[in-house]
Amino acid sequence: MAAQELTGAEIVIKALVDQGVDTIFGYPGGAVLPIYDALFQQNKIRHILVRHEQGAVHAAEGYARSTGKPGVVLVTSGPGATNAVTGLTDALMDSIPIVCLTGQVATHLIGSDAFQEADTVGITRHCTKHNWLVKSAPELARVMHEAFYVATHGRPGPVVIDIPKDVQFQKAEYTVSPHITHRTYRPKVKGDIEKIKEAVDLIANAKKPMFYTGGGVINSGTVASQLLREFVRLTGYPVTSTLMGLGAYPASDKQWLGMLGMHGTYEANNAMHDCDVLINIGARFDDRVTGRLDAFSPGSKKIHVDIDASSINKNVHVDVPIIGDCAHVLEDMLRIWKSKARRPDKAALADWWKQIDLWRERKSLSYKTNDEVIKPQQAIQRLFEMTRGRETYITTEVGQHQMWAAQHFHFDEPNRWMTSGGLGTMGYGMPAAIGAQIAHPDALVVDIAGEASILMNMQELSTAVQFMLPIKIFILNNEYMGMVRQWQQLLHEGRYSHSYSDSLPDFVKLAEAYGATGIRAEKPSELDAALKKMIETPGPVMFDCRVDQLENCYPMIPSGAAHNEMILGDDADGASVSEEGKMLV
Amino acid sequence: MTQDEKIERHTISVLVDNEAGVLARVVGLFSGRGYNIESLTVGEVDQSEHTSRITVVTAGTPMVIEQIKAQLDRLVPVHKVMDLTVEANSVEREMALVKVAGTGERRVEALRLSDAFRARVIDTTHTSFVFEVTGTPSKIDAFIGLMRPLGLVDVSRTGVVAIARGPEAM
Repeated sequence: MAAQELTGAEIVIKALVDQGVDTIFGYPGGAVLPIYDALFQQNKIRHILVRHEQGAVHAAEGYARSTGKPGVVLVTSGPGATNAVTGLTDALMDSIPIVCLTGQVATHLIGSDAFQEADTVGITRHCTKHNWLVKSAPELARVMHEAFYVATHGRPGPVVIDIPKDVQFQKAEYTVSPHITHRTYRPKVKGDIEKIKEAVDLIANAKKPMFYTGGGVINSGTVASQLLREFVRLTGYPVTSTLMGLGAYPASDKQWLGMLGMHGTYEANNAMHDCDVLINIGARFDDRVTGRLDAFSPGSKKIHVDIDASSINKNVHVDVPIIGDCAHVLEDMLRIWKSKARRPDKAALADWWKQIDLWRERKSLSYKTNDEVIKPQQAIQRLFEMTRGRETYITTEVGQHQMWAAQHFHFDEPNRWMTSGGLGTMGYGMPAAIGAQIAHPDALVVDIAGEASILMNMQELSTAVQFMLPIKIFILNNEYMGMVRQWQQLLHEGRYSHSYSDSLPDFVKLAEAYGATGIRAEKPSELDAALKKMIETPGPVMFDCRVDQLENCYPMIPSGAAHNEMILGDDADGASVSEEGKMLV
Repeated sequence: MTQDEKIERHTISVLVDNEAGVLARVVGLFSGRGYNIESLTVGEVDQSEHTSRITVVTAGTPMVIEQIKAQLDRLVPVHKVMDLTVEANSVEREMALVKVAGTGERRVEALRLSDAFRARVIDTTHTSFVFEVTGTPSKIDAFIGLMRPLGLVDVSRTGVVAIARGPEAM
C-alpha cells in the first residue's frame, strides 16, 4: 500500500498514536503551532494544558511512574525547552521514561539567534538519555519511534526530540513500523548465568544476609516486584529499600526493615552495616544510602544487579556484578535456588533476626505527640491510617515532609509512590500528582508537601482545577524550609540563614482563589476531621496542616558518618558532624 | 588501597555512529563527570556505514577507567568501546607538524636532528622549516624538546590514533 503523505505535525501525532499514547502534557507556543493544530483536529490523544513547562515534565513523570508507561511532553522552543530542563534532569536522575517534544525555530533560522531560539539539543544533551534535532520530515517518524525505544529500554530515561517549525509543515511519507531494531542501542536484559549461580551460592551460604532493593525493581515492572517478594520470602531474609524502591516489597510484611539511608530506620542501617552478604537488586549505592563510603557495609560480600553497567563499581566495589534487568535476573535466581534445592542456614538466620529485633526495639521512627501542636509524623501517620484500603497514590515535594512521608506512609504495592529522589526537586509533587491522577482518575492521589516546596509550582493548581482532577495537596506547614533549617541547626550553630518561609500566603484563601477547596487544621484534635474532609471533598483540595515548626527529621546519619553512627533524636548528645562531613551536601 | 588509587594511562577506542553531536556527547561526558582527556582524535572510518572512530587517551584510577568505559558504552550512538591498553596489544601513533625558524648552525642542526627522527621537511624558506614527524607521543615530545633551543616557533599535533595488533577487527 502506498504510504500517504503527511505533514511533519501529522507524523508526530500518528507516531504518538501508534506508540499507544493517550495523554500528553504540554504548553503551546510559536514554534509548535503546527503540532497544536494537528492535535486540535483529532481526538485520540488528550492534551493536558499545564501552567509551566516544568510542570509538564513532572506531570509526565507522575503519569509514567504510576503506570509504567512513558510520559509524553510537548513544549515550544526557547523558554519552553529551557523551562523543561529541570524536569528532564529529574527524570534522568530517577530513570523515568519521558519523551519530550520541543518546537524549534525553522531550520534556516537555526544559529541566527532568532526569536525564542535556544540550542535545545545542546542544552539538553546533559540532562537526557539521548536527543535528536530532526532536520527533515522524512526522518521524523523513524526518530519518533526510536525515541520511544530509547526512553523505555535499558535503564529508562528522558529523551528530547527537537522539531523545527518548517519540518512540522513539510510533507513526507509515514512508513516506519513502531517496532524497530536499534542500530547501536541494545541493552542486555539477561544476566550472566554463571554470575547468577555464584550469587545464589553466596546468598544460600550467608549467615547475616540483607536484601537492598531500589527503583530498578519498580522500573522493571510489576513482575519484578512479584519475583522479589517470592525470592525474599523463600529465603526468609531481611529486606530494605531505597527511597525510590518503596512499594516493591510490602511494608506490612515482617521481613521488611523499612527504608535505609540518611533517614532510614535504625534496623535497616545497622543490618546494612553488619551483614555478611549484601544483595543489591536495582539500587545504585547512592551517597544518601551509603553514608561514609569507607565504612559502608565493611564486612559483606556484595552482589549487585543493575541494568546499567555504569552503575556497577561506580561508588562501591562489588564482588558479584550482574548486568541485567531485575525481573530477568530474579527469575533466574529463583529458578536456580529452587532447582538446587537451596536452604538458608536456619540457625544463623535465627541469630541474625534476633539481632535485628534488638535494633527494631529502639523504635527509631517514634516521636512524641502532645495536645497542643500537630507533629508532622503524626499528620502522615493519620493520613496513612485513614486512607488504608483505598487505591492511594502518594507524591511528595522535597525536604523533611518527604522523608517523613517515606518513613510513615507504608506502601504495599509498587508504582504508588512518586518522589524526586536523585535530583531532589522542590515543586515536583503537585504536577506529579496531576499526572498520576490523570492516569488513575478514580484513585486517591495525595501530594504530601511542604509550604516552601508547594509554592515552587503553585500555578499547577490551576491545571488541576481546569481538568477537574481531585488531587489532595497535604501541606505540612512548619513555616520553614525545614530540612535546610535542620541542617543549619546541626551544622551551622542554629544560624537560620534565609530558611524561614516569610510572607506566606493564606493557603485556604489561595486554594479558593484558584477554585479549589481549602482546609486548615492547627490542633491535633482537629486533624482527623480535617483529613476526612480532605479525602471526601470532591475536586482538588489544599490542606494547610500547621505542624510543629522546629521538629527535626530523625533518625539521621549525619554527613560523613557511617551506618552504625545514627542520630536517633534531638536529645542524643555527641550528635556532631565532622569537618569533612560539613563539606558534603 | 594504594594499588586502587594508582593513576593509569589508557588508550580507548570508541566506534560510533557518525551522527550530529556525537563528538559533543563524548567530550561532554568527560567534562561533565570530571574525567581527564590527554588526547582525543576522531575521523570517519566507514563512509557507507557512517561510522567514526574516536581514540581517547585518558588517565585515572582503575575504578575511574572502568567507569569511563561503561559510561561511553551506554551512549546511544556508540557501537563498541575497546580499551586498547588492556584488551589488546596495540600500536599507537601521532603526527605533528613542527615549525622551526633560524639560520646558520642552528638551522643545520635542526635538519640533522630531523633526519635522526625520520621527520620530513614539508615546507621551507631561507629562515624556516616545517617538519612532519610521526611516532609515539613520547617520540614527538622528544623531537619538540630538541627543536626548542633551535628556534621552535609553532607546533600542531594530531593527537593519538591507535589500533590493535593482529588480524582481528575491533
